[in-house]
This record gives sequence, C-alpha cells and structure tokens, in this order.
Amino acid sequence: MITVHINTIPVQVKQGSTILQAAQKAGIKIPTLCHVENTLPKGACRVCLVQVEGARGLVASCSAPATDGMRITTNSRQVRDARKFVVELLVSEHCGDCKTCVRNHDCELQQMAFEMGVESITYAGETLTTEKDESTYALVRDAGKCIKCRRCLDVCNEIQGVGSLFAQGRGFETRIGPAFDAQLDEVVCVQCGQCSAVCPVGAITEKEHIDYVWEALDNPEKLVVVQTAPAIRAALGECFGYEPGTLVTGKMTTALRHLGFDGVFDTNFTADLTIMEEGTELLLRLKKALVDKQQVALPQYSSCSPGWIKYVEYFYPDMLDHISTCKSPQQMFGALAKTYYAEKVGKDPKDIVVVSVMPCTAKKFECARPEMNDSGFKDVDYVLTTRELGRMIQQAGIDFKALPDSEMDIPMGLGSGAADIFANTGGVMEAAVRTAYEIVTGRELPLENLHVEPIMGLEGVKKASLKIERTLPEWSFLEGVELKVGVAHGLSNAKKIIEATRAGEEFHFIEVMTCPGGCIGGGGQPRFTTDAVRKKRIAAIYQEDEGKEMRKSHLNPQVMQLYQEFLGEPVSHKSHSLLHTKYVSRN
Amino acid sequence: MDPNKVKNSTCTCSEEVNEEQLYTQLDSIIEAHRNKDGALIPVLQATQNLFGYLPEKALKTISKALNKPYSEVAGVVGFYSYFSTSPKGKHTIRVCMGTACYVRGGQEVLKALMDELDVSVCETTEDRKFTLEIGRCFGACGLAPVVMVDDETFQSVKPSKVREILDQYA
Repeated sequence: MITVHINTIPVQVKQGSTILQAAQKAGIKIPTLCHVENTLPKGACRVCLVQVEGARGLVASCSAPATDGMRITTNSRQVRDARKFVVELLVSEHCGDCKTCVRNHDCELQQMAFEMGVESITYAGETLTTEKDESTYALVRDAGKCIKCRRCLDVCNEIQGVGSLFAQGRGFETRIGPAFDAQLDEVVCVQCGQCSAVCPVGAITEKEHIDYVWEALDNPEKLVVVQTAPAIRAALGECFGYEPGTLVTGKMTTALRHLGFDGVFDTNFTADLTIMEEGTELLLRLKKALVDKQQVALPQYSSCSPGWIKYVEYFYPDMLDHISTCKSPQQMFGALAKTYYAEKVGKDPKDIVVVSVMPCTAKKFECARPEMNDSGFKDVDYVLTTRELGRMIQQAGIDFKALPDSEMDIPMGLGSGAADIFANTGGVMEAAVRTAYEIVTGRELPLENLHVEPIMGLEGVKKASLKIERTLPEWSFLEGVELKVGVAHGLSNAKKIIEATRAGEEFHFIEVMTCPGGCIGGGGQPRFTTDAVRKKRIAAIYQEDEGKEMRKSHLNPQVMQLYQEFLGEPVSHKSHSLLHTKYVSRN
Repeated sequence: MDPNKVKNSTCTCSEEVNEEQLYTQLDSIIEAHRNKDGALIPVLQATQNLFGYLPEKALKTISKALNKPYSEVAGVVGFYSYFSTSPKGKHTIRVCMGTACYVRGGQEVLKALMDELDVSVCETTEDRKFTLEIGRCFGACGLAPVVMVDDETFQSVKPSKVREILDQYA
C-alpha cells in the first residue's frame, strides 16, 4: 500500500493504482469520457486532468500511476478551467442536436457540459459531418457525433477480441470505424453492441424497432405477442430511476399490457424448453461417445447467445459441429408462437406479430437470419432492447413506478428459477446441471441451494466437475463419469477456453455468453454497466430464482404440456424441425 | 530482416517480378518479424518497399499472420502519410510547389500535367505508367519551375512543354 494526498487528505491505495482510482477511493469523482474499467488506460479524452505537485502541466489521472507521497489537487481553478476547456472543444466539433438525439438525457457529454457550466459554443468552427452507417441489423453508427474516446474499440478489441473498430486517419479527420471506412456489415462484427453500451454519446446506438412495434400494436388485424428475456426484469427499473438490481417483473408485465400487447409471455418458458432440448442433445452425444464408441463432437457448446454464434462462424468455423443445434430461447419462442400458440388461439400465423424484449442487440441480427423462419413465417418479427422498452413505456405516458404487479399469460408465460438464471454467466450451465443430474440419477442435485458455486461470479473462465454416481438403469453408461463443464463470458474469454480444449483440456459441456457478466451485461441494457452493476443484477436474478417453488426446467408444467400436446418428446422430429438450426461458416 | 535488403533485392530493377514471387517474399518478411513486439510498422515498411505500395491482399495477409485486426492494420496505414494503398506508376512525376516554383508558374505546370495524364495529385494513370505528386522545394529554385521524373530534373518547365517531357518516357 502507498499513501497519496488527494486535496490534502491522505488516502491509502494499492501500489499500481492510477490517480483516478485513488481519487475514487477518496470519494472524489473525476470526470472522464474515455475510461472503461477492465481495459487498459488510454488518456484519450483529456477530461480527467488533475494537478500533481511537482509535475509539469496537468496530468491525465486515468493513465497516471499514483506514487507514494504524491500530492494531488482535483479541484483547483486551473483544473476546472482546463477540464471545461476540453469539454468546450469536444462540444464545438460535435455534430448533433441534443433535443432530437436518441441519447438525450442519457448522454455523458451533455451531462458533463452541464456539470461544467458550458453554456455556449465558445469556439464555433468546423464541425464533424453526419455520416450514418445503417448497414447492420443491430447497430447504427453516426460519425458526426463521435468524440473519438475509443471506448468502443477497446471493448471490441480487448474484451471481445473481435476487432471490428479502430481509429482510421489522423487529427480532425480521425474516424473510428472498420478498416478503410468500410460499412460494419462488410467486416467481422458479431453485433453484440458492447460498443453501443459504452459509447458516451449517440455515435453508436441500437437500430430501433420502436416504430415498427407501435405500428403492429396499432393494427387491429394483428395479434401482437411479446416475450421478455430473463435479464430484462433485473435492469428495466434502471430506466425509471430504480437502483441496479431491482426486480421489476410484475410492473414490467403490467406495463406491457398497457402498451397493448395481446399476449404477455416469458422467454423463460423457452429457456426451460432449451434445457430439455440441449440437455437431451448433450446426453445423446455422450451416449454416442461412451456406448456406441462413435466419433462425436465434444465438448458441446451452448447456443443461446447470437454474438457468440457469429463469432464461431467467423473465427472457428471448423468447430460448428460442437455448437448445440438448439435455437436460442428467443427463436424457439418465435417458432412456437406461430405454430403451437397460433393453433391454440385459432389465429392465422400471418396475423401474429412476435416481439421480443432482449438485453441484446445481436438478437436483432439473429431474428433476421434467413434460417429463422421454420414456422413458415419470420419467427420473431421485432426485437426491442431493454432501453427501447424503457422509451416505449415513457412514450406511452405510463408511470412505471406506480404500476401494480401482474402475472404473465398462459400457455407460454411460466418459467422456472433455472430459466431466470439464463440471464447471467454460469446460469445456463447451472440450469442444465440441475436437470441433467436429476434425470440421470433420479435424485436432486446434491449442492447447497442448487447452486454450482465454482461457475458463479465474474471470473472470465470458470470450471466445475461433477461425479455421476448411482445412475438410473437407462443411464448406467454414465456411471462413474466425471462430468466436466466450463463457462466463459466475454468473447476474449471464449477464445481462451477454446484454445484450452485445443491444447487437450477435457470438457463435456461449455457455456459461452458473448457479453461480460452474461445477458445482464448485454449491449442493449440500460447504461452504464460496470462490474458493480453486473453484480447487483446477478444478485437480483439469483433472488428471483431462489424465490420460486419451481427451480428446475424439467418440472415446468407448461413445457410438459407443450411436449404432450404438440412436440412429442425432446429432440423429436417435430422439435428438430422447429427448435433446432444449423450454422454457416463466415470465414 | 532488414527492410532495405528487401528493397535492394527487388523493385529497383526493371525485371518483371510475378505476383506469386512477391507474396513468397512477403511471407519471409512476416516470418522474420513473427512474435516480435511492434512488428506491424517494420513489416508494413518492408511490404511497401516490396510492392511499391500496400495492396489490400498483402494487408489482409499481414493482419492474419500477425494476429492483428484488419481495422488496426488499416488504422496504422492511414495514420502515417508514408504509407500508400494506391499502386504507383512506373514513373513518379513530382512537381515542385515551393515558393519560387509556385510564383514562376508551377501551378499551371501541374494543371497541364493533370490534364495530359487525366489524373489528380497522388493518383496514377490507368496504364500505370505515371504517378503524379507534388513536392515542397527541391532545392533548385534557380531553375524554377522544376519538375522531377524519377531521378531526372527538368527546369524552367512551361505548360506547353509538358507533353514533350512525357513523350520521353513513352
């Protein structure tokens, strides 16, 4: 530990801390537009300037190490003037009108300009030009609003290991974007939207589906149903001033009815169904390997996260047979809404509109994949991010905080606790283990609170193993098998676990979620997601799970009913044609 | 590998080197820098010396081999004006725009060359014969306006004489 003096007050910090971190510890908020935790410091925006005794000029606190005995001033006139000057320069070249910007009231530059008292354009000069890239299904980039903070390229390169974006050109002409000013759909991009989650301004945002959804809701011919992913209920509240990690499941359900949806359903229902299909698929792969001694692709990887799927299609196309053939819960829901549900309510599927609320931008890409129309129609029509749903609720004049709770509809509105935890890293695996263990042994998973402790939390790559003993007779081939599972979140961690398997490490099943923390940290979640926020949302999700009687997917009565009435059994011919898919090499 | 050696072993000679051979040489440039920190810029320099410019295919090869995102490779290429992604002509014409040449009609000479060749500054003719560039003072102000073609200097150039100069390289 070392001691630094922040505005004369001594603070003890770890050796290697930056001045910014030391100030945070002292309760001082130093403004920054470029810093993102868990990435290397870059000192790009120059807003975080502080005065350090003995230093020539002001110092960028995000990238300067704190040293023992250092005397730092964060609030002198010189510091305030310099920071304001930097923000004035950024504002002067920013090409955007706050009133009509999608980031109005959710913009760090706007907020900072306000906090620093920037009340006029001091340096009217050349501004950037609006140039929109709307080439992808998920994202819109607007070069005119970009302040070159480089957060997006750091998350794209360091956290996701994808590398779509980089600084092109130099000086005033600098553009942040793909190589040689290509459009995003011309380059490797998984459309995870982590860039849009960290962008301080309106330079990268999700491609909105709000108007399409209003149009469907206004059309009396259409039966419009909505599904909400498990991660929404632990984050939507943040759009209305709730603390991160506040569960708003009941209010959200009521709000969706107020918006006019004819059926309010739960992606948790198809998350449970995913466990039945994906778990059965894993057991079949293990049987092929252990009993039939066939060559079979193991480990099996999870397939719920569309950014991860696209990542494999680009970077590891030789591994596609390792990916579970199960569609994601979103797409399973869409395929069933326009078949099973359509039959039940006697509605022509062409008049059913399926809307998803997802924490994710890649889901907008996923629903547009050409193979996602096994119902005979586009299985999922529109995808709203959590942020978009928040805006729709505001547009409708709904006082969210005042809403009473309500329950989702039948027959696709019930989910187990195992489905809730699909929202966070480790959750899909834990849900699968809860069910697979019980099916194979006839006994409940013998772990405290049904949690698989080693795969919980924010560690990038997590592993667990579980010895299977005293199996039921039909699963005797698994007797004594040590089931080895792995979990990765953030695509650079996915790469680590893939490389480990290639180096010979044995796994049977690996869960990958594209975004850090899993879906609760998705690219479509309310801003700003830090590790502290991730932990709060995850805690809320486990709270939702633990509060339920039904915490295992195979006990979901609506899923059982679906098999009895419609699908037959897991991995049946019918479920194969509706709920499973195939992938393409994009190398 | 020393980038200068690559330069000496190719390019300066007038023999036609086929593309396949160039890419074999690119592989050895990459091999010499593989797993070294800060390899990207030296590799780009050597590659530009090899090809005369940085073709897209070479940049993609470098991006893969050095395990750097293509966006980053392009970002570095775009940052340094030294790097060029457009092919150079067989001959490089440089028109001096230094003060002396400028006041004695360098601008008109440049305009005449642009018209004759049907290119703008920094562009190459369709037949890949000429690349047109401008320079800032060649240190021959007494001869203004000056035009250089490769290593040869032409003095007191008039717009009407431009065709004559070009014909020497036909």
